[in-house]
Amino acid sequence: MDMRRDYYEDIQLLDSKALWFWFLMLIASLIILPFLVPSYYVYIANYMAINVIVAVGLNILVGYTGQISLGHAGFFAIGSYFTVLSVTNLHLPFLLALLLAAIIAAFFGFLLGLPALRLKGPYLAIATLAFGMAITQVIGRWQIFGGRMGLEVPSPTLQGLLFSDGAYLLESDRELYFLILPIAFVLTMAARNLMKTKVGRAFIAIRDSDIAAETMGVNLVYYKTLAFAISAFYTGIAGGLYAILIGFINPSSFSFVLSIYFLAFVIVGGLGSIFGSIMGGVVMTWLILRLDKVQELPYLGSILSAFSDRWMSVIGLPNISSIVLGLIIILIVVFEPLGLYGFWIRTKIYWKTWPF
Amino acid sequence: MFLQLLISGLSFGSLYALIAIAMVIIYKTSEVPNFGQGEMAMISTFVAYALLESYGYSFAISFIGALIFAAALGVFLEFVFLRRAKDPNTLNLILITLGFEMVLYGLAGWKWGADQRDLRFPVSDFDIVNLGSAVISYLNIATLLITLILMFVLFLFFKYTKVGIAMKATQQNAVAARINGIRTNRILSITWALSSVIGCVAGILLAPIATLDPNLMLEPLLKGFASAVLGGMTSLVGAALGGYMLGIIENLFGGYVSIEFKSVVAFMTIVLVLCFKPSGLFARHYVRRV
Repeated sequence: MDMRRDYYEDIQLLDSKALWFWFLMLIASLIILPFLVPSYYVYIANYMAINVIVAVGLNILVGYTGQISLGHAGFFAIGSYFTVLSVTNLHLPFLLALLLAAIIAAFFGFLLGLPALRLKGPYLAIATLAFGMAITQVIGRWQIFGGRMGLEVPSPTLQGLLFSDGAYLLESDRELYFLILPIAFVLTMAARNLMKTKVGRAFIAIRDSDIAAETMGVNLVYYKTLAFAISAFYTGIAGGLYAILIGFINPSSFSFVLSIYFLAFVIVGGLGSIFGSIMGGVVMTWLILRLDKVQELPYLGSILSAFSDRWMSVIGLPNISSIVLGLIIILIVVFEPLGLYGFWIRTKIYWKTWPF
Repeated sequence: MFLQLLISGLSFGSLYALIAIAMVIIYKTSEVPNFGQGEMAMISTFVAYALLESYGYSFAISFIGALIFAAALGVFLEFVFLRRAKDPNTLNLILITLGFEMVLYGLAGWKWGADQRDLRFPVSDFDIVNLGSAVISYLNIATLLITLILMFVLFLFFKYTKVGIAMKATQQNAVAARINGIRTNRILSITWALSSVIGCVAGILLAPIATLDPNLMLEPLLKGFASAVLGGMTSLVGAALGGYMLGIIENLFGGYVSIEFKSVVAFMTIVLVLCFKPSGLFARHYVRRV
């Protein structure tokens, strides 16, 4: 890292010409990507983008503000259900519905932030967990939310993004890609910039020591609830996008395990780093989708099938996904607490001074 | 009606109390809420099931075998994972236990699938005793008795045995305990073993009421944890009382208000209690230095 000489150097988006070049290259490659790969991979890319939004949002809360949350599946559920409900019942245009749902999620985030003002560690963990469980239970039992059966999600139309009706359906993964990815991109950049402002620095101060931050003049009530609200807003948007990507939502998709997965994205990527969240979201999504079909993997799949036939049960084979993800979480925390981002930093430093 | 709800509430509550005690014992020594507790108990219960059904041992032997397995599992988690953590702050330790939970859940699902099984328990849920207007099953009586006995034994253990006192010393001040010649690392391992064994008892008592599948302990764990928080996370008596209270509140709510939202009420109670008493009902509020 070079020395920063003035404040504007600290807050600018990218600090060198070379970075600008790679940044534009990244945008260009993201635009042409869906035309080069088969449709299934575009679907995966959409999934990754959604999980990146969640990871960034959760990282603002866990990584930057230091508040644990085991209930983000609740915000995710709020986002998807209210998006779907306001499209089908209120006939709102999709983007407006998404925004509305995210604001509702943010409001719930604010509510959850209130007890969080007084809670720490395990107490906060149980409060957020209770919130997540309560949301799933309520949604599962309330008829307006479709109960256990879930809701069908109408495909948005092109005009329907902004106006209330339209003819051209956005159905294929490629079309959805150009809806989901820009949103993910904008939200990620927004988070990156937010962390360089007064708000971001207040969050970091709260993480390092909330009492010290308060004596320095950081308004704890405001910034802690704000952190929860922003994080819930991100997760809510991701939830809405998830609903149209999957096309069908029911309460069991928003279980406690999903909250752990979200936390795993952040941990594997690296706490307190936006770039880490992107890596975490991308890598973990790929792993999760791959491990769901573990018996189709080349070589390994057949070995595992034979092994489970002999010792375990073949029906339970998809549970390997849970085992591997659990082990990854444990190993990352034990050996590399900074996650993939820490790994990336070390690689960078290694090459900077190579061959020494 | 009221008496009946009270009795079944007490019986569920005693299971929550056991899990809560197990969590509090860990929390006091390692400062981590053990989210793996439930799955550790679940898989130990499955071990009891396997010993009973596949190997044909008697119930007593299977029970003891499961307890030994549970103890080994607790030591394994502490020794292999938690002790190796590079940066052991609360969040990281919680994550390790969550990861361990996922591994165990996956293992149980892989080995035993999602089939629902019955653990043959020597005391039946269908033999009942009439108590005025209410009935109580032998299984409920057994649950209540075993829980109370276990709590009494724990009380004696912490009060009169050398290991128990060493545990309390480690909980209060690990450095001072080490200076006084207590091998705190070993005490830590024993604590994890003890807690896992208590959890295992809860699992085996729960299995005949619920059905034995990998989801066995998911909700009971969360409610046990909720009871521990309700009682203050640092007090064993508080945890036990919290468990009983939660069981009774939940059952009364289920009986009188709405059976549908029965499992939500536990969590709502917790959030409400935490709003007013952030450290739980039976603990002193912590003061922390900057």
